[in-house]
Amino acid sequence: MSVSSPPPRTASPPPLHRLRRELFATPLDGVISIVLLAGLSAAAVAFLHWATSQARWAVIQANSNLFAIGRYPLEQQWRLWLLVTLLAGATGLSWGLLRAWPRADRRAQPWPRNDSIAAALLGAISLYVPLALHAQPGIQVRWWAITALLLLLRAAAGRWGALVPQQLRPMLALIWPALYLIGMVLISGGLGLMQVPAAEWGGLMLTLVEASFAILLCFPLGVLLALGRRSALPLLRWGSVLYIEFIRGAPLITLLFLGQNILGFLLPGGLAPDRVWRAAWVLTFFAAAYVAEAVRTGLAALPPGQLEAARSLGLSLPQALLHVVLPQALRVALPATVGQFITLLQDTTLLSLIGLLDLLGIARTVMANPAFLGRNAEVYLVLAILFWCCCAALGLGSRALEHRLNPSTLATNTTALKA
Amino acid sequence: MTAPLMIEARGVEKWYPNGFQALRGADLMVHQGEVVVIMGPSGSGKSTFIRTFNGLEDFQKGSIVVDGITLSDDVRHVDAIRREVGMVFQQFNLFPHLTVLENVTLAPVLVRRRPKAEVQQQALELLERVGIQHQAHKYPGQLSGGQQQRVAIARSLCMEPRIMLFDEPTSALDPEMVQEVLAVMQELARDGMTMVVVSHEVRFARQVASRVALMADGEVVEVAPPEQFFTAPSHERSRQFLSQIA
Repeated sequence: MSVSSPPPRTASPPPLHRLRRELFATPLDGVISIVLLAGLSAAAVAFLHWATSQARWAVIQANSNLFAIGRYPLEQQWRLWLLVTLLAGATGLSWGLLRAWPRADRRAQPWPRNDSIAAALLGAISLYVPLALHAQPGIQVRWWAITALLLLLRAAAGRWGALVPQQLRPMLALIWPALYLIGMVLISGGLGLMQVPAAEWGGLMLTLVEASFAILLCFPLGVLLALGRRSALPLLRWGSVLYIEFIRGAPLITLLFLGQNILGFLLPGGLAPDRVWRAAWVLTFFAAAYVAEAVRTGLAALPPGQLEAARSLGLSLPQALLHVVLPQALRVALPATVGQFITLLQDTTLLSLIGLLDLLGIARTVMANPAFLGRNAEVYLVLAILFWCCCAALGLGSRALEHRLNPSTLATNTTALKA
Repeated sequence: MTAPLMIEARGVEKWYPNGFQALRGADLMVHQGEVVVIMGPSGSGKSTFIRTFNGLEDFQKGSIVVDGITLSDDVRHVDAIRREVGMVFQQFNLFPHLTVLENVTLAPVLVRRRPKAEVQQQALELLERVGIQHQAHKYPGQLSGGQQQRVAIARSLCMEPRIMLFDEPTSALDPEMVQEVLAVMQELARDGMTMVVVSHEVRFARQVASRVALMADGEVVEVAPPEQFFTAPSHERSRQFLSQIA
């Protein structure tokens, strides 16, 4: 196969001309465009008017710490700062290394344009948000330093990542599970650190702890359930079907209440000590059923010849599943699975109904404070933005992963053009 | 023929779960170094028959012995046979998420537990032998059908099989790519590989086959050297089949 010449570039028309062609091609298009533009600008003006002259942002500024970490003890907060610093460092490092280690069939691109935009945005947000929150100068400086660390490591890893020998590269993926364990120790204590009981966790931190715990555990569980559902062993098959259909038939909130009451009996004592972890387990078991369905569609999409080819080469069934079937099935199931993760993240707001102080739970206590009476709109808006940021991050990560795993970008591009 | 028997299939009968009987007592003996081409009308059970040789299809009656190992329900027997028998499929069945090189090296490293560097070296030599050494780091989706099928052959060869099965290896290819795959198979035959090939390629059968087998209605009705098979078939079904493809 020879490399063909790129398609001829059609000269793009001048911007004004293009605008006219896209918005006002026919009289009807014009009317629709004008109505939509008018509606949008009216909404934008109204929102800006509210945000600048009517909203009172003191409710956010005074409670930013509460929103972030709840009632975590003040003298132990250095541990969370350390964790955020480590997370930022690992993010910068992984981001840069991903760019420095392209796939075997692609060329390295140290700074694609989107990365520059993302870095600039990140810098701007970290400069502006602490200022807008009227954070203490010491805290502002910490945020700026952490962001600077992230971006510096991103640049350094992108520049010199290619020097890391090939054999060491897979090991570096291990920093994430290691960091997760370190983070759990830092948050909850132990190993010489003072214990901070889960009852004192709250805010965005609690939301992220619950969601990440459930996401990490529901994924392998869901994969096992999906495989079980297609197993040749009837007991395994019917057990999986029963579990999946039961969970999918019950609303999460009932399961959460049920979990608070019966999970203590089902799990060995050490695993379900208090309400926070009980809720995390319920979220895990709940999401696993949905992940299993997503993975099942991925398995169903795989041609049977793949398993046959793997088995004829002498691979055992577990080897064939691990190296041939699952990598392909999970890639197909990835968008739906990440969709489940995003739903899961949003479902953590239900925890406030069983009395946990997650982001929504904290928000409700803040709004109940007489000093901030009637400031619901500001609080809910900030909540929505925070959730949107987390979900957008998940979505971006998923799309990057999809792009990296796509075995033939070439082929899909052609079909997209033809369609 | 004095060479040892590599495949010994006797009276193989198979019913599909829906009650259809695909094989009605099919027999086939293949000696070491032989190239047996199985021909026959579609639906005659050629693919089903060849797929029973490495346990991809089960069967209810009869016996199959491959390289001295009796095919039975015992999983260890099936696994042992699959390590010695390579298979090439009509649809190539390359692993699209792995590069060409990874496709070839996967099984030897996992199954034979050989050192990766050594297997990669051998894989590159095999890819050179089938004429695609320059595509080693591409993904299968970036290759033409003929190239993919040649990778599939290299992938099987890297397990150093004693027998190669080909299930209609050129049927899914565009006509101009058939020849490049047949050339690789022809060279393989010249090197003494024991091969069973389900194919409609008359010229290949004439030039390469030691013997040609004709299947009809789930039975092997005639096995003969190509010259005799194509010029003076002894069985009525063979004459019928040859008149249809001529």
